[in-house]
Parts: sequence; C-alpha cells; structure tokens
Amino acid sequence: MLQLPSLETLNMGAALPAISIAAWACILLLIDLWIPKDRKILTVYLAAGNLVFAFIANLLVFNQSGDSFMGMYVADQFSGVMNLIIIGTALLSIVLSFDYLKRVGIERGEYYVLVLFVTAGAMFMAAANDLILIFVALELLSIPLYVLSAFRAPDIRSEEAGMKYFLLGAFASAFLVFGGAMVYGATGTTNLNEIAASAGMIIASNSSTSLFLLLGAALLLVGLGFKVAAVPFHEWTPDVYEGAPTPVTAFMSVAAKLGGFGSLLRILVVGMSAVTMTAGEPAVWQNVVAILAGLTMIVGNIVALSQANIKRMLAYSSIANAGYILMAVAAAGSPGLANEATRGALVYMLAYMFTNMGAFAVVIAVERANGGADLEHFVGLGKARPMLAIMMVVFMMSLTGIPLTGGFIGKALVFATTLNAGLVWLAIIGVLTSVVSAYYYVRVIVNMFLRDAEASTEEATPGYSTGVQWVAAVALGGTVLLGVLPTLITVLTDRVSLVASITP
Amino acid sequence: MAYYPQLVSLIILIPAIGAFINIFWGARLGEKWVGTVATVASALAFVIAVLLFVYLEGSGYEAVVINPPIFDGWIQIPAGEVVIPWQQRVDTLSSTMMLIITGIGTLIHVYSISYMHGDARFHRYFAYLNMFLAFMLVLVTANNFLMMFVGWEGVGLCSFLLIGFWFDKAHGVGWRNTMAANKAMLLNRIGDFGVVMSVLIMFWTFGTTDYFRPAEIVNVHLAEEAAHAAEAAHSEEGAVAAEGEAANKPGDVVLAQEGEGEGAAAEEAHGEEHSTPGVVYVNNDHIETDQLGVFGQAERFLDEGRVIDIGPVQLPFSTWLTIMTLFLVLGVTGKSAQIPLFTWLPDAMAGPTPASALIHAATMVTAGVYIMVRSNVLFYYAPVTSFVVAMIGALTALVAGFIAMGQWDIKRVLAYSTVSQLGFMVAAVGIGAYAAAIFHLVTHAFFKALLFLGSGSVIHAMEHGHHHAHSHGHGHDDEHHGDDHHDAHEEEFDPQDMRNMGGLRRKMPLTFITYLFGTLALAGIFPFAGFWSKDEILADSWVAGFDNNNLAGYIVFIILLMAAAFTAFYMWRQIVLVFFGKPRTEAAEHAPESSRLITIPLVILGFFSLGIGFMNTPSYVLGLDNIFGAHLFTDRLEYSVSKAHASEFNLLIALGATALAVAAMFLANNIYRRSAIIEARRDPLEMLPTTAPFWSLANARMYWDAFYSRVFARPFTRIAYFLSDVVDWRFLHDYFHDVVIWKGFNAAAQGLSKPVDLGVIDGAVNGVGRVFGWLSSQLRQIQTGYVRTYALSLLVGVVLVILVILLPLLQRG
Amino acid sequence: MTAVNEWAFIGIFLAVAWVLPAAPLLVSWIFRPRRANAIKMQTYECGVETVGDTWVQFKVQYYIYGLIFLVFDVELVLLFPWALAYNQLDFFAFGAGLLFIFLLADALVYAWRKNALEWA
Repeated sequence: MLQLPSLETLNMGAALPAISIAAWACILLLIDLWIPKDRKILTVYLAAGNLVFAFIANLLVFNQSGDSFMGMYVADQFSGVMNLIIIGTALLSIVLSFDYLKRVGIERGEYYVLVLFVTAGAMFMAAANDLILIFVALELLSIPLYVLSAFRAPDIRSEEAGMKYFLLGAFASAFLVFGGAMVYGATGTTNLNEIAASAGMIIASNSSTSLFLLLGAALLLVGLGFKVAAVPFHEWTPDVYEGAPTPVTAFMSVAAKLGGFGSLLRILVVGMSAVTMTAGEPAVWQNVVAILAGLTMIVGNIVALSQANIKRMLAYSSIANAGYILMAVAAAGSPGLANEATRGALVYMLAYMFTNMGAFAVVIAVERANGGADLEHFVGLGKARPMLAIMMVVFMMSLTGIPLTGGFIGKALVFATTLNAGLVWLAIIGVLTSVVSAYYYVRVIVNMFLRDAEASTEEATPGYSTGVQWVAAVALGGTVLLGVLPTLITVLTDRVSLVASITP
Repeated sequence: MAYYPQLVSLIILIPAIGAFINIFWGARLGEKWVGTVATVASALAFVIAVLLFVYLEGSGYEAVVINPPIFDGWIQIPAGEVVIPWQQRVDTLSSTMMLIITGIGTLIHVYSISYMHGDARFHRYFAYLNMFLAFMLVLVTANNFLMMFVGWEGVGLCSFLLIGFWFDKAHGVGWRNTMAANKAMLLNRIGDFGVVMSVLIMFWTFGTTDYFRPAEIVNVHLAEEAAHAAEAAHSEEGAVAAEGEAANKPGDVVLAQEGEGEGAAAEEAHGEEHSTPGVVYVNNDHIETDQLGVFGQAERFLDEGRVIDIGPVQLPFSTWLTIMTLFLVLGVTGKSAQIPLFTWLPDAMAGPTPASALIHAATMVTAGVYIMVRSNVLFYYAPVTSFVVAMIGALTALVAGFIAMGQWDIKRVLAYSTVSQLGFMVAAVGIGAYAAAIFHLVTHAFFKALLFLGSGSVIHAMEHGHHHAHSHGHGHDDEHHGDDHHDAHEEEFDPQDMRNMGGLRRKMPLTFITYLFGTLALAGIFPFAGFWSKDEILADSWVAGFDNNNLAGYIVFIILLMAAAFTAFYMWRQIVLVFFGKPRTEAAEHAPESSRLITIPLVILGFFSLGIGFMNTPSYVLGLDNIFGAHLFTDRLEYSVSKAHASEFNLLIALGATALAVAAMFLANNIYRRSAIIEARRDPLEMLPTTAPFWSLANARMYWDAFYSRVFARPFTRIAYFLSDVVDWRFLHDYFHDVVIWKGFNAAAQGLSKPVDLGVIDGAVNGVGRVFGWLSSQLRQIQTGYVRTYALSLLVGVVLVILVILLPLLQRG
Repeated sequence: MTAVNEWAFIGIFLAVAWVLPAAPLLVSWIFRPRRANAIKMQTYECGVETVGDTWVQFKVQYYIYGLIFLVFDVELVLLFPWALAYNQLDFFAFGAGLLFIFLLADALVYAWRKNALEWA
C-alpha cells in the first residue's frame, strides 16, 4: 500500500504565502466572472488584498524555517526575502496596471488573476527544493506570462510577443526538463538535498555518471538562463518586452527574473555546490556561470547603447542586470562564499525591483502623455513635468550604480563577493560595462533636461494618474532608502543562509 | 601485445570518419578524393581486422572484451541499476566476420569507384558505403544484444538508403526503386520487432544482454587450455609470474579467462587454482548466476530447471527459451531474407550493383545467420526453434532456387540465389551445424560478391554497348557511366535482361573467367570453395538425420540436395545465356571489357572463390589435409562458438552431390544452347508442355509477392483510404465554417515574418561612444526578430554551456 | 477463481473493444448496395451536394471545445483509479481528489461563464 502523507507532514503553514496566492487566484477567477465590467476596480482590490495578506503571512512565517510537502518546498529566510521582493513586485505592477489597462481598453479581470498566478509561480520557484516542483513552478510562472504578453490581443505586436515568448519558452522548458531527467538519472533523486549528498561522490567517481550529472546541470542552467534572459538565451527579451503591454513588461522583467534566480541559486548552491573536481575548489559550474555573466553584461549593455526606444533600452538593461546578478551566482560557486553571494544577489534584486518598477512607471506616464516611449518623447520632460523627470533621473542613476541609490549598494555587494571569489576578470568586465551603461542611462537624462522640444508638448494631458504616481513614488522611496540606509535590508538578508539548509 | 585488441574500437571509428568526411565535404572534394577517402577508410579497417586476426592467432584464440576508451558506459541508469556497456568482443567468430566485411568491402569500394563514376551523388554513395561498414562492424563486434541491435538497425538503414539510391531515375524507375527500398524497410521492421522482443525478453529474464561477461570461460577448449596453463604454471615459476602480470593489464582490456575486476568470486577461484594443484576449474561454476552473460545464465537456468513466472502463467525455462529464440528467428527471417519475409531481397537489387554485392549478398543479409550462430547456445537448447529454423532454411533454399530458374533479370537470378544460399546457412544452423553455417557464409560471401560484381561488370558493359550502338557519333565518353545517365533509350532497353545478352565470353574474357569461377563455386564443383562448404552442410545434415535420428536432418538433407541441383541448373543457365552463343543484341555485340578498377577486384575474388574452401578441408580427403590442415576453420571457430563441431567427410555424399550438380549443369547446357527459342525471348522450358506450368510458376515468383500484396498490402491500403476519405472527409466537412482561426494565424505569421523595425542609431554618438555604437549595431544584427534565429542561437548557447561545463571532465580524461 | 480468470477480463475487454466498432461496420457492409450507382458515388449518400473547397478552416470554437473536452478526458483517467480505491484512502487522498475536482470545476465554470460552451 502506498504510504500516503498525512496533513501534519505536509506542513502547509510554512508555504502559506505562496499557497494563499495560488488558491485565491483560482477563486478570484470565478469571482471576477460576476463582477460587472465597469467595476473591475473591485478585482484589483481583491487581488491586492490577497497580496497584502500574503505579505503579512510571509512576515509571520519568516522566522519559522521548515519544509512542507515532504521536503519539496522549503520555507527558509531565503524564500522569505524572495517572497517579500516578489510580492512587492506584484503589488507595484498591479497598481501600475489598472490605469493602463483602462486606457488601452483591455480591462479584463483575468489580468490580475494571471499576475497572481505568476506571483505564486515565482514564489514556488524560489522555495522549491525539488526538481519536479521547480519545473511545475516554472510552468506556473511562464504560461500566464505568455498570456499576459499577448494580453493586448488585437495589437499585432503584443500577439507577436506572446507567440515568440511561448515558442521559445517551450523550447527552453524542454531543456530544463531534460536536464532534470539527466540529474535524476545520475543521482536517482530529484530532491536537491539528496542530490547534494550524492553529487560530490558521483563527480569524484570519474564514471560516466558524472557526465550525466554535469550535462543535467548544464541543461538546467540553460532552462533557467532563458527565464532570466542571460546571453545567449536572451534574444526573445527585447521583442517580447517591446511588444507586451508596458506594465506586463515591468512586471515580467522583475518577477520572471526573481523566480529564475531563486531556482538557479537553489539548484546550484544547494544541489550542486559539491560538484567540484577536487575538494575545496570552486564548483564546476562556476566557469560557465561566470562566462554567461560576462557575456550577458557585455551584450546587454552594448546593445542597449543603440536603442532609441526606452522600453527596448530597458529590456536590454534588464538583460545587463541579469548579468550582474549572475556574477553573484558565479561567485556563489566558490567554497565558503555561497551565503555572501546569495545575500548580495538578494539585495541587488530588491534594488533592481524598485528601480525598474519606477523606471517603467515613468515610461508609462510618458507613453500616456506623449504617445510613445522613444527617446524623442523624453525630450523636454524636465521642463514639462519636472517631478517625473527628477524621478527618472534617480532611477537612471540607480541603474547606473551611482552612490546613494539602491543600485549602488547592490552593485557594490555583488562586486565585492565576485572579487572575494577570485573572479577578478569578471569584476573588471562588470565595472567596465557599468561605465558603458552610464552612457545610455545618462542620455535619457540629457534628453530630458538639456534638449528642448522643438514642438512644445506643454498642452499635453497630465502625465500621470494616481496609480502610476504612487508606484513611482514608492519606487523612488525604496531606491533612495536602500541607497541611504542599506542596513534596513541587510538586516534581513544577513540571516539568509542557503548552504545551511544542505544539512536539514 | 596487450594493446593490439584495443584497435577494435578504431575499426568502427575509421569508416565512420570516412562517412562523416564524405557526407559533409564530399561534394567539394571531387570524385577522386571521395573514392580515395572511402577506400582508404575501408582498407584501414581491413588492416585492423588482419591485425586482430594475427593477435588472436598469437594469443591462442582467447576472446577479448574491449571497453573503448572514454566511452566507458553506454546506457547507464544508476537509479534503475541498469548498465549496458558499450563493449566490443574480439573472438574468432567476430574476427572472421570482420575480415570478410572489411576485405570484401574494400574490394567493393575499389570496384565502385569505377562503377559509380559520373554519378551525381557519388560522394553520398561512398558515405553510405562507409557508414554501412561502420554499422556492420558494430553488429559483429558487439558484446551484447542491444549493441548488436544498434548495428542491426544501422545496416538496415544503410540498406534502405542504398536500395533507394536512384530514387530520382526517370520513367518511373525511381519510383520503383523507392518502393523497393520501402519494401525492404517495412519487411525488416517486422523482423526487427522480433529482435526487439527477443532482446527485451532476454533482458527481462537475465538482467543483461551481454553475450558473455568478461569473467566467463566461453567453452571447453579454453577451459582445457586454462587447465594446461595452470599445470604449466605450477611446474614453471616463470609462468606464474607471467600470469600474474596478465592479471594486471589495464582495466579496459579484459582477458576472458582472467576475469579481472569482476567480483571477488572470480578472484577467489583464481587464488584457489594456485593453492590446490590438480584441482582445475573447467567451468564457470565459481561465478554467480547473475554475473554471467546471457548464454551462461541460460545454461544455468536449464540446469536448475527454473520456472519463469510471467503474470498469470508459469512457464518452464525451456519453453521460455523457445519463445525467446522464435522471436529472434523472426528477426533472422527479415534480415537474412527467409520465408516468410524474403520478398524484399530480390527487389533490393534496385540499388547500385556493388552495394547489392556488399550488402545484399556478402555481408548484411548474413547478419541473421551470424546472430544465430552467435547465440548457438540458445538454439542448441531449443529443439523446437531449431526445427523451425531448419524447415525455414530448407524451404527457403528450395523455393528461392526454384524461382531463380525462371527469371530473366541477371541480378534477380543472383538475388534469388542469395536467398537460396542463405537458406542453406539457416538450415545448417537449424540442424546444429554452426561451424558449417559460418563456413558457408564465408565462402558464399566471396563467390556471391564475385558473381554480383561480375554481373555489374556485364550490365555496365551492356549499357556501354547499348550506348555505343545507338550513338556512334559520340564515341566513347566517360560521362555516361553508372546507371544514372540513361534517359530516352532506357525504356525499351533493359541492360539486365539476359535475353539481350549472349556471346559475351569473347567480348569480356576476364569477366567471363571470373564469373565462371563464381558459378562453379556456387554450384559446388570440386575444388571450388562452394564444394567444401555446401558439402559440409550436407554431410552434417546426413549425420543429424541418419546417424542421430533427427527428423530435421532427413528433411534438410533431401531438400538441400534438390536445392543444390537447382543451383547448378540456374547458374549454368545464366552462364549459357550471358556468355555463350552469339550476341543477341547490338548492345551485346559492342559490349567492352570493363576497366581495371572493376576487373582487379573480380580477379581477387575469383582467386578466393577457388581457394578459400581449403581453409576448412575435412580430414582424410585425398591427402589435402596434409597440405592445408584438417578443418582449421572449424577448430578456430570452436573457441567462440561453443556448440560448433567439425563434421566428417563423407565421400559418398560429396560424390553424389557433385554428380547431381554436374548433371544439372549438363541439362541446363543442353536446354539453353538451343538459342533459337531464346532469340524469340522465350524460355525453352516454357515451350515444353510438361515443364511450362512449373516454369511460369517460377517466373511469376510463385505468386509470393502477389499473395502478400493481396493479403496484406491491399486491405491495408483500403483501410487507409477508408480512414482518409470517409472519416476525415466527413469529419472535416461537418465543421465547414468560418475563417476565424485563419485570420488569427495569418496575423501571427505576418507578425513573425516581418522583421522588427531596426531603428537608427542616435546621431549624438561621439568619441568612445562611436566605437561602442558600432559594436552595438553589429551585435543587434543578431536581433532579427525571427523565432527560428532565436531558437538556433539558443541551441548554440546550449552547446556552449555544455562544452564549458564538461571541460574539466574532459581535462581529467 | 484462479489467477488466469482475473486476467481474462482484459482479454474479454479487448475482444469487446474490437467487436463494438466492428459490428456496425459489418452490418452496413452486409446491407449496402454493391453496385455503384449515381447516388452511391456521391460524397454524401443522402443527396446533399458538396459545396466549396476542401481546404476550409475550422471555427475557432471547435478548438476551445476540443481543449475543454481534452481536460475532462484526462480528468477521467486520473479520477477513475481514485474512485476505485476510494474506500481505502485516507483523508489526505480524499482532499487531494477534491482539490483536483475543484480545479477542474473552476476551469469549467470559467469557461462556461465566458461562453466557451456556446456554439454560435
């Protein structure tokens, strides 16, 4: 007779934040059916309320680390911090979306339900401790995102974005599954802790099993690398980001990355850190991740240089930022550095979340006022709407990594851990590409303040609705606060230790 | 010394590399280089085969199992504890097969250079040929059934590709070629199902598909020798040291007797052997059952009288063995063209003649015989299967021989002859004459390859003659070689029809003489190769029938005797029709002798057809064994085929069979020398009222193909039509409605196909920015907007990631 | 009842599975007109003329129908063993099954409300 788990062993309480979002999304889908079309704001409130509930629940379980679903889901400080960031992203983007959807005329309740599903998927990914759950969560994250990308359906660009994302995403998922199968074949388990326990032995045994293990690791890396848009798996990013509705772009440029990096860190640090050729050396995957990080930073930043469309520029910028986070992941491969690197990555992701959401909020405002998001549309913004322009300056500075912004703190931590890991060349690439990135970020500022619009846009409608305003303000606050008082977050992140969870 | 057998991994690799080069760069290399690469690859493989042969001679025929370097495990699923190694086995049987495959293969490569000259897909032909060699060598060197199956499928694929090689010929010929290829593929699929079932059953029963585990002693001969060695070891100090040294060989060379690294049991036994003089292990008793290979376990199971529990039913192991082997036999009937699956082989002659010679006469079709002999232990203990095999073989030999008498196509006669001879071999396996089967396989490979190549030479010459006769102005041009370049005339003129030939004896003397050699060998005339091998099968079946009272023996003996008479008859008929008399067409009149590249392989094969039989001369025959030694081949084979045995020479049978053959030849000579009837494109037998029905039966191939098409193919087609016409049509029609989805897809497709707008670099670029701007614009060229490009670049990324992550592993070695 | 009989159900099931579709085919084969006539040669023997091109597009509704059907088809496969072993299962398995049914019902209600089940 099959040994069935009881409710106690499931320990669902630890997974409450993620479960509540997933469950509520299912219910909200039904509720929304009976909400009349002109009162969709109710759906927004219901979704946001759920997110707030999950946020609070997350704070409650933050210190109770434990695992639920028989070790498939691990609730530790890592997933706690990730959940905070992910829920924050979802909240900001829901607020950002409502006004936009109304304006574009695609106000449908499913939008928020899908956002909730993505959020739940990302949270499950960050907490998943089992290859199978990682895959399921990845699909839970991805499939709603495909739909969201195409949400502005009759618009041909949006449809194209959804289609492309779907085709390539399916392609990448297949790699992930294949990788998981290989790792399973090599180790006989899908549980990351158990993989960690046998991985070191396998790699030392010099048999072809180690080949399978490494192949599996490589393919898992590919599948997740696609999600976080690492070069060379990034090509879908600009097209999809440009075509998708702008709030969706904002949301997915952060949420998908958060989920992807969450799983990547779990797989590599928890499952594979023992995969070394000789004990005490960096893990075998460190080189690959470092090379990917280098490539991602170089390609992302350099291609961003020549983008005239701000959405597209931000898309490449998000690729580049994935590169910086990957730097931290690479550093986590060095023995003893896993926790430091993980913390660096977390801070970076939080800072990036605020900055990126803020930048997109400004873009939405400009799009609305000036009818587009090309560089030209930003000309003269400094005069027309100084508040908005100043916010944008802060976000651009944060993305560049100028002190007193969150971006600086994130970069500083990531570079430090990279140097500690001995990846000096990677750090140099990071610094150089940061300098390059300054060019196109500053160009936005230049366009806003130092160039005058030929045709005055003064009479345009006020640039921002309340929702967008709020998001921009919160993002601004978060960015600056993080830059001035980094201890606020490092207090939390310092308690994160992924490696400790190897021996439960 | 120890490292010689390692070469066996190269014997596969080299032809594979040849195929690789030709398939990718062949079009650019040009004919000369393509031919050279392919032939050199084949020749190198032959050299390796010879070296392995020499090694075996030197090492006392002990089997060696090789794990190729790097590639230490083939299928390994640690979670399921499934390990199927990629191991190659060098023993006397595989060595024999390797010599034939690479030796005849090389000659055929040389021949093909001339034969395929001017063909549009010259390089592809040679790539296929090399690929075939590689797969065939996988098949024969495999040490487990699954790896054998890889080769088995691989050669099937190459066979399919080569049969359909001229799929684009004009006038519907290409279509016919394609259909022939499909037929071969489909019938072989049926057979392959049997092999898969058999292998699965084996794996399920034994937990392994290995023939032998490295620790096993394969048979008594080796065991006796081991005993001697052990005794010697005790008397001589030095030998002990030597043996100890042997045990310390590198891990990937595992001598069969040593059982190095194969569990404590073997080691222990080894130790005991030294400690207690006089006690000698002549069997594998010291090895745990589940450490044995398939054959060892089968014997063990039989001894135990094990009962196999399959779901609701319980079967004694012997029954289970019968089921297992019967499935294997189904595979054999497919690959080796036996009743009921033989009909593909005659059609397979649609391929280029040298490919037919190599694949469909000398090597691939004998794979079935090989695998049966390889698993002789299983067949030995499965009398029911053996009986079935004997009947199948004998019937096939008879039926195919009969059909061959009524064919006009020179290659078709040879094809049916091949089927018939394969029937001889299969029948030999059925009566337990494993050595005789392999012996006949070897001799047959030589003389049938010779005959095919000879017929190719004739066809080639006929085409030339035809061309010459019809376009005097053009004179001789090299462009029009190969079967590929005949357009307008081809419809009415068939260069393979023997009625168009005649009198070629004087036109092409070298071809004639070698062809005659081949014919005499096939007919079994002393002292040609076929005489020895066919006689051995007959003698063995006589012994099995009349001495051991085995029913199969009687039947086989009588049927094979008849089949042998048929053989002599149709071969002499062919000789007469092709070479004697007067040229019956202008083409025959103008047929030139073929070029050197064609005749040299013919001469070499002719020499072997004459002499190869002496390698297994029975004892006490005219004192020949004093010159050549008595049944050397069988003795050698017994080291790997444990149930093989040498047969005794039976003068009466030899004389009788020869007399029968000679009589048949005389009969054929008398009938077909009256060429007037043949001028009228009729067969003399067709004119005689007594023989006419038989002849038309043979000519119509006993309605075998027609029967299959009526019983299987046509109902199948009808069902397919039913499904497509009725089900699909109505289904579709019911929903004949709007165009919504079309619009949606169209929009998506348009969006995808329209490259996303590229934009312009901002004008305000200066200084360093300009450089980066340039770089940037270069990099964004990749950003085409096409999903296919993205997917491709993703794939490239995957490869890169895999390479980088595996780098440390490769460095470690 | 011996062990063989337990397995025999599969055999019976197989036989029935063949007979059921074969029977109507056989009957119509017996009764159909052998000789081709004008009506028989028509695409639809009821006399309706075929109209238009073979290369037609399906109504998009059809695919939605198909998808929903597929969902419930698969549902059956998963729920059947659950239902069979129902009385041996503990509360957890019961809850899991309920959850599964809930998710499906969720989707069905959604599709229903969205008029996916209307054929218009």
